[in-house]
Amino acid sequence: MAESENIVAETAEKIFADLADAQTINRDKKGEWKAPLWQALSDAGLPLAWVPEDCGGSGASLAEGFSVLSAAGRFAVAVPLAETMLAGWLLAQAKIASAGGEMTVVPASPKDRITVNADGSLSGRARGVPFAKVAKHFAVLAFDAKGDFSVALVDASKCRIESGLNLGGDPSDVVTLDKVQPIAIKPAPTGFDQARLMLMGGVARSLQIAGALESMLEISVRYSNERVAFEKKISKFQAVQHNLARLAGESAAALAAATSAADAIANAISFNDEVFLEAVAAKIRCSEAAEKGGGIAHQVHGAIGFTIEHILHRYSLRALAWRDDFGSESYWAVELGKLVAQRGADELWPLVASR
Amino acid sequence: MTAALRFDPIRLPSECEQLRKEVRAFLAEEIAAGTFDPHKPNREDTDVPEFSRKVGARGWLGMTWPKKYGGHERSFLERYVVTEEMRVANAPTRRFFVADRQSGPVLLKYAPEHIKMEILPRICRGEICFAIGMSEPNSGSDLFAAKTRATKTDGGYLINGTKIWTSSAHIADYMIAIFRTSPPTKENRRHGLTQFLVKMKQPGIQVNPIGQITGQYEFNEVVFTDHFIPDDHVLGEIDGAWKQATSELAYERSGPERFLETYYVLTELVRAVGNNPDTRSAEGIGRLVAQVHTMRRMSVSVAGMLQAGKEPVVEASIVKDIGTIWEQQLPHRVRELAAFVEETATNRETLEKQLDFAIKTAPKLTIQGGTTEVLRGIIARGLGLR
Ligand SMILES: Cc1cc2nc3c(=O)[nH]c(=O)nc-3n(C[C@H](O)[C@H](O)[C@H](O)COP(=O)(O)OP(=O)(O)OC[C@H]3O[C@@H](n4cnc5c(N)ncnc54)[C@H](O)[C@@H]3O)c2cc1C
Repeated sequence: MAESENIVAETAEKIFADLADAQTINRDKKGEWKAPLWQALSDAGLPLAWVPEDCGGSGASLAEGFSVLSAAGRFAVAVPLAETMLAGWLLAQAKIASAGGEMTVVPASPKDRITVNADGSLSGRARGVPFAKVAKHFAVLAFDAKGDFSVALVDASKCRIESGLNLGGDPSDVVTLDKVQPIAIKPAPTGFDQARLMLMGGVARSLQIAGALESMLEISVRYSNERVAFEKKISKFQAVQHNLARLAGESAAALAAATSAADAIANAISFNDEVFLEAVAAKIRCSEAAEKGGGIAHQVHGAIGFTIEHILHRYSLRALAWRDDFGSESYWAVELGKLVAQRGADELWPLVASR
Repeated sequence: MTAALRFDPIRLPSECEQLRKEVRAFLAEEIAAGTFDPHKPNREDTDVPEFSRKVGARGWLGMTWPKKYGGHERSFLERYVVTEEMRVANAPTRRFFVADRQSGPVLLKYAPEHIKMEILPRICRGEICFAIGMSEPNSGSDLFAAKTRATKTDGGYLINGTKIWTSSAHIADYMIAIFRTSPPTKENRRHGLTQFLVKMKQPGIQVNPIGQITGQYEFNEVVFTDHFIPDDHVLGEIDGAWKQATSELAYERSGPERFLETYYVLTELVRAVGNNPDTRSAEGIGRLVAQVHTMRRMSVSVAGMLQAGKEPVVEASIVKDIGTIWEQQLPHRVRELAAFVEETATNRETLEKQLDFAIKTAPKLTIQGGTTEVLRGIIARGLGLR
């Protein structure tokens, strides 16, 4: 990690440690932790980290922003930080200034489509939009009859929102735009398409999943060193040790895949097949790790980890939920498989070895 | 929060890319000349001494070692590139691989100077083959149960006992082995083992081949009867081999060879599926590619740690644990997907032959170099559980 990434990540970590302690949040049934946390994050300029200063943001690098997302994953932060960062980033692609407050991106699935009508208004439906209900503005990616992509800033109150919750209990809503006039709309840069947005979102989710797994490993190791059964700490049983070693493996795989993809995107000159491989592989492998690793964390915790009082679910269920955002691992596996098949057998190893 | 595990996204530097091109060009020439067939998995009993010498002549053996011993003072990352290209091409690396990866570094660390000067340059030239003598009939995972005795005599030691599962012993010129020089102590059951350099094909050493379920002969039983080893062939500390053997194993555990041994079936599946796959095949291939990419990123990251002079014991064990399980499952996943391959696929027969071999190979992958269970014990220790 570079020096400045460290500083930004440390700022985020400190805010999370002070205001987003999992135990405190879990006990606070009224959600009173949310406002002070969001305020502190906003004061530190983190939600608009990826927005250049001349567009009203703090102009952090991609790498710095990614390190914030890792930290957010380690704390399983349930405020729309990643979403607002992504929205700000999307708007900045078209040099549109971000609005203040909570934002999210529309669409959030590679299969949903938003279109630009002839009169410049927007129509379409997007499912599973994270935190849409909380967001005051949407950053929308839409395309017109010619197939050209535009980026728009939209007032959330102009859209129909059907509330839903994801596995982790966070908002995941259906957003319908019916000839909505955007606050601002500009063409997306050449080559920017929906896949690009989904992959950026997917890498954000990968970093969050990897972070959640790091925390699950940590609390599982700690618990196994505390819990006594059959007159020993359960950490002394070989079967438990092996389960934790597997959890460490899944956590390590997620971490390696996600940080590698983030590094690839942060340093990409063009969005070629190699960067696509990095981004997609991260989403696939981290999603697999969420399933395997989360399962082990629960096993090690026994019944206590299955209670709503315990913090484990804050990580495990969110990691599982994040698999579905911006294209599930099955969706991307098909896309990657097609790409590999089209390039042909002899080009597979060169692709893998190019990174 | 403690970020206990770190896998930094190391990128191979540009000199590696140039080197990769050279290795690929060399391998293509050798394939064209008929030295080996890339579509035949690295059959463990194919021994091609000329290939070994050519690789040495290219400067690709002992790459990281000092020049005065014939090495090339290049980086671990450069060595990494050579290893993975050879592995993916199914090149016949058997004769030189153990010496280059493991035995050479042990000699560098523990052998007396005149032995280093004599042997290391020959390894670098690809002239000699090494075997590893750790396991015994009742000592595999429990290395410290080894019984083969080295009894002090005039000017050296007399060896009596049996090593087993010794890969390449039948073609090896040397073996680095651990023998019992004194009994374990009450306080330390690891005490009492010493590491020796054994010259093979000498009186008192008998090598008996052991067949494997793949139909190949790769490992052997090695019986020592009053075999004499001179004093200057002791490596390192008398009775202290346990420290040395564990650090030696670190070299064995994180490289690309630990997840690429059955990789060829994936390439062959992509070939058979063609450029317009159905959804099931596409998804299956996509997942496998994402997994191998991730494994490789982890392995490169560990190579970066070695290059930086760190000792990534836990990280290397994790890579070997999930890497070997992956390469073990790979042929089975490919088999499932291959059920949908068209009868007319041009490489169908090759794919089937490769699958047959890979599925037979699979059981050993999580045993050689330390079993899954033993590795997980090491990881657990690293996590502070033991
Ligand atoms: C292809 C191949 C090549 C090899 N080449 C070499 C070589 O060149 N040189 C060499 O010295 N050795 C070599 N080996 C041997 C290899 O290192 C051993 O097989 C391995 O260390 C396991 O020992 P074992 O076979 O005696 O099994 P055992 O130690 O008897 O183990 C049997 C099973 O019990 C489990 N087990 C044992 N102890 C424990 C424990 N404490 N906790 C949990 N589970 C346990 C093991 O994990 C394993 O599943 C090779 C093996 C193979 C398969």
